[in-house]
Amino acid sequence: MSDTANTDHDASQALAERIRQADAEGTPLRIVGGDTKAFYGRKVEGSSLATREHRGITSYDPVELIVSVRSGTPLAELEAALDANGQMLGCEPPHFGDDATVGGMVATGLSGPRRPWAGSVRDFVLGTRVINREGIEQRFGGEVMKNVAGYDLSRLMVGAQGTLGLITEVSLKVLPRPGATRSLRLELPLPEALAKLAEWGRQPLPITAAAWHDGALALRLEGGPSSVAATRERLGGEDLEDDYWIALREQRLGFFSPDDSRPLWRLSLPHNTPVIDLPGVNESDVLYDWASSQRWLRSDLDAETIRLASARADGHATCLTPGLDSPFTPLAPVVEKYHRNLKAELDPKGIFNPGRLYAAF
Amino acid sequence: MMSGGIPMNILYDAALDGVLPQNDKAEVLADLQAATPGLTLLHREEDLRPFECDGLSAYRVLPMLVALPETLDQVETLLKRCRALGVPVVTRGAGTGLSGGALPLEQGVLLVMSRFNRILDIDPDARTMRVQPGVRNLAISEAASPYGLYYAPDPSSQIACSIGGNVAENAGGVHCLKYGLTVHNVMKVEVITIEGERMTLGSEALDAPGFDLLALFNGSEGMLGVVTEITVKLLPKPETAKVLMASFDDVEKAGRAVGNIIAAGIIPGGLEMMDKLAIRAAEDFVKAGYPVEAEAILLCELDGVEADVDDDCATVRRVLEAAGATGIQQARDDAERAKFWAGRKNAFPAVGRMSPDYYCMDGTIPRRELPRVLKGIADFSAEYGLRVANVFHAGDGNMHPLILFDANQPGELEQAEELGGKILELCVEVGGSITGEHGVGREKINQMCAQFNPGELTIFHAVKAAFDPERLLNPGKNIPTLARCAEFGAMHVHNNQLPHPDLPRF
Repeated sequence: MSDTANTDHDASQALAERIRQADAEGTPLRIVGGDTKAFYGRKVEGSSLATREHRGITSYDPVELIVSVRSGTPLAELEAALDANGQMLGCEPPHFGDDATVGGMVATGLSGPRRPWAGSVRDFVLGTRVINREGIEQRFGGEVMKNVAGYDLSRLMVGAQGTLGLITEVSLKVLPRPGATRSLRLELPLPEALAKLAEWGRQPLPITAAAWHDGALALRLEGGPSSVAATRERLGGEDLEDDYWIALREQRLGFFSPDDSRPLWRLSLPHNTPVIDLPGVNESDVLYDWASSQRWLRSDLDAETIRLASARADGHATCLTPGLDSPFTPLAPVVEKYHRNLKAELDPKGIFNPGRLYAAF
Repeated sequence: MMSGGIPMNILYDAALDGVLPQNDKAEVLADLQAATPGLTLLHREEDLRPFECDGLSAYRVLPMLVALPETLDQVETLLKRCRALGVPVVTRGAGTGLSGGALPLEQGVLLVMSRFNRILDIDPDARTMRVQPGVRNLAISEAASPYGLYYAPDPSSQIACSIGGNVAENAGGVHCLKYGLTVHNVMKVEVITIEGERMTLGSEALDAPGFDLLALFNGSEGMLGVVTEITVKLLPKPETAKVLMASFDDVEKAGRAVGNIIAAGIIPGGLEMMDKLAIRAAEDFVKAGYPVEAEAILLCELDGVEADVDDDCATVRRVLEAAGATGIQQARDDAERAKFWAGRKNAFPAVGRMSPDYYCMDGTIPRRELPRVLKGIADFSAEYGLRVANVFHAGDGNMHPLILFDANQPGELEQAEELGGKILELCVEVGGSITGEHGVGREKINQMCAQFNPGELTIFHAVKAAFDPERLLNPGKNIPTLARCAEFGAMHVHNNQLPHPDLPRF
C-alpha cells in the first residue's frame, strides 16, 4: 500500500484510467473497498479495483446537516468526524470489520437497527459522484436536501453493489445525536412482543430499535430527555447496555456465531407479519430485528422453501452464507428484464462487478 | 408557475426536442375504440379543452385525444396500442403540477388517471395504505386519521393533488427536513410499462431485491412507466405541535438563526422564512398577525412528544434571542398556530394580489449561501426593475422567489423569464438545484442544461432508453436533448467536445 493510504487523497484520475482501460479491453473489474462485505452477494471474477486510496471528507458543514465524503474513506473515520460534532449517520450502517468503507456502505445499502424509524442508507443519500464506463466522473443529486432535477441516479446506485458504475463520492444527510438514549429488556413471549410492537408502532413513542430473541424484547429509546425518561418509566423492564445494538448490528451476538454451521438467512417482511412456520425451525432459530420486519434465520432448509414462505408474506429472503448461486431472491421476469436493460445501457460490456447481484448481469 | 402570457421556447419543438410520429387522429381514435371497448375517449375540441394545461396554466396545448380509463386492462391495452401505433402518451393525475409535467402534446394521447380514486386497503398495525393513483394527497391523511396515523408529505396543493402525481414529481411540502419527500414515504408501486407489462417495484417490507427502481420512478415525471397503485407509509400523529414566530430587522440575521437552530441539535417539523414584501402581502391578505415592519420573519414548528417539544421551544427561543430577533411570539393555541401558518400558506395568492402576474421559482441552495443568494436576487431585481418577494422553506434550503410582473407591458414577461433563469443559475452556481419540489417538466427544461453537463444528460437518456426506447412516454419533459442545450447556449462543454458526437442529438 502506498504512503497515501492514510491521508486524504483524490485518486479519481487513476480510478478513471483503470476503468477506461477495462472498458476498452472488455475486462471485468471487481470493486473492492475494505473487503468487509464480500460475503454479501455473488462472487465476482475480475481484476481488483481498489478504492481505499480515494479517501477523505471533501466537505462537512454540521449546520447544513450534510457531509460529502470519498468512497474509500473508512466508515469509522466518517463516524468519528460526525461524532465530534454531535452528529451521526441515521441509518446506523453495519461495518463487519475495521476496514469498512463509505463506498461499501452505499453499494450494499445495508442499514442497522434504527432503519425502520430513521430510514435506510438510500434515504440519507443526497448525491453521488460516479465514474461511468467511459472513465468520466459524473455528478448526480448534490449537497442540498431537496433536488428533483433529472432522474434519481444517486439513490439508484444504493444497493446496486457497484454494478452500474464506480461510486467515488457520496453526499449524505446526517442527523443530530439524540439528547438521551436508554435501552431496556422486557421478558415477553413472542406473540405478545409482536402484538406490543404493532400497538406501540401506532403511537408517537421515542422507540428507535426493537429486537426479540430468546424470550425477551430489547428496546432502545432515543429523543429528548423528558420523553425518554417518561417512556422508560412507562414500559418497565430492566436496563440493557446500549452496546447490545452494536453487537446486533455487527452480528456479534451468540445467534450469529460462526460455530453454527447452518446458513444465515435474512428475511425482509412487511411490518406486523405473523410468525412464519417453517419445517424444523424453532423459536430460537430466529432473531426478530427491526420490530420484526427483518428476521435473521438459521436453517438448513433449501432456498426455495424459505423464499416461498417469505414471498407468501410479501417479503423476500437473502442468504448471507456464501455458496448459493442466487443469494438474493430471483426477480420477477419483467423486473429482471428492466434490470438487464439498465445494465446494458450503463455498462454494455459488463465491466462493473458483473454477476455480483445476479448471474444474468 | 407563471400566470400570464406564453414564453416562446416552452412548447414542443421537433427541431430541438426530437421528431414525434405523426398519426391521423381519426385512425388512432378508431383503433383505440376498437381495442378498448368501454374506455372513455374524448376527441371533440370542447371536451379536450379542460385538459389543455396543468397547474402551469400559462402553457396550453390541446391533446389529440384524452383517455379516462377505469380499469387496469384498459390502461394496459391503451399503452400497447399506442406503442404499436407510435403515439406518444402523457400521463396526468389531478393536473395541479406547477412545472408543466402533464402539458399535453398535439400528437399525443393524454392518459388521465383521475378515475382511479379508490383507497384499496388500510393496515393500521403495519402502518401502510394501498391506494390508487388518483386518490388525493389529503384524502390519505384523512382516511388514516381515525387510527391516529397520517401521511407526511404535504405539498401546498394537498387538497387537490393526487398521490400518483406526487410520485411522478417526488413532491415535497413544508415538513421535508424532518419527514422527507415522497420517495421516503412510498413503499411500493405497481407500474404498467409502455409495452403493457405489469411490474411491482418496492415492497411492503422495508426493502426489495435488485436495483432501487422504486427510487428511480419517484420523480421520473411519467417518463419510465405508468404508476397504477401506490402503497404509502403512515406515521403516528405527533402528540403535539407548537409554533414560534420570530421577527428580524435584517434578513441575514434571520438566515443565521436558521443555522443556529439546526446547530443546537433540533430538527424542526417546519422552518419557514419570508421577507418584507412577502410578509406585507400575506398580512394584507389574511391578517395573520405578522409584524409588517420586520425585514424577515421565521416560523418554526416543533412537533413530537409534549415534554420534548416544550424543551425544544425553550431552546429555540434562546437561539432566536441570541441571533438578534426583535420579537418572538409562541402561538398560544391551535387557532393562533393555524393563523400563523395561514399567512405562509397563502403567500403565493397574497403576492398575486399585488401584481397582475407573478412567476414562482423553486431553486434549492445550501443554507449557508442564503445571504449571497438573497443579495444576488436583490441585485437582479434592481437590474430588471421587477419586484421579487422571497418565501423560503428555510429548513431544507428550498427557495420560492416570486417575481412580480405585468404580462400586458410589452417585454415584461421576457424580462421576468430572464430574471427567473438568472436566479436558478445562481442557485446552481452556489451548489444548489433548479428545482426542489416542483419538478422540471417543461418549465425548467432549459435550466437543466446549466445543472447537468452533456455526459450526465446522456446517462439520463440512457436510463430513459432502458424503459422506453421509442420515447413515447411524456417525450420532451424533464431531460433536455443535447440539441436543445446547444441551442440555448447554456451547455457545459467539456474539453470543447460533445460526448458521443455520433449519437442522434434528440
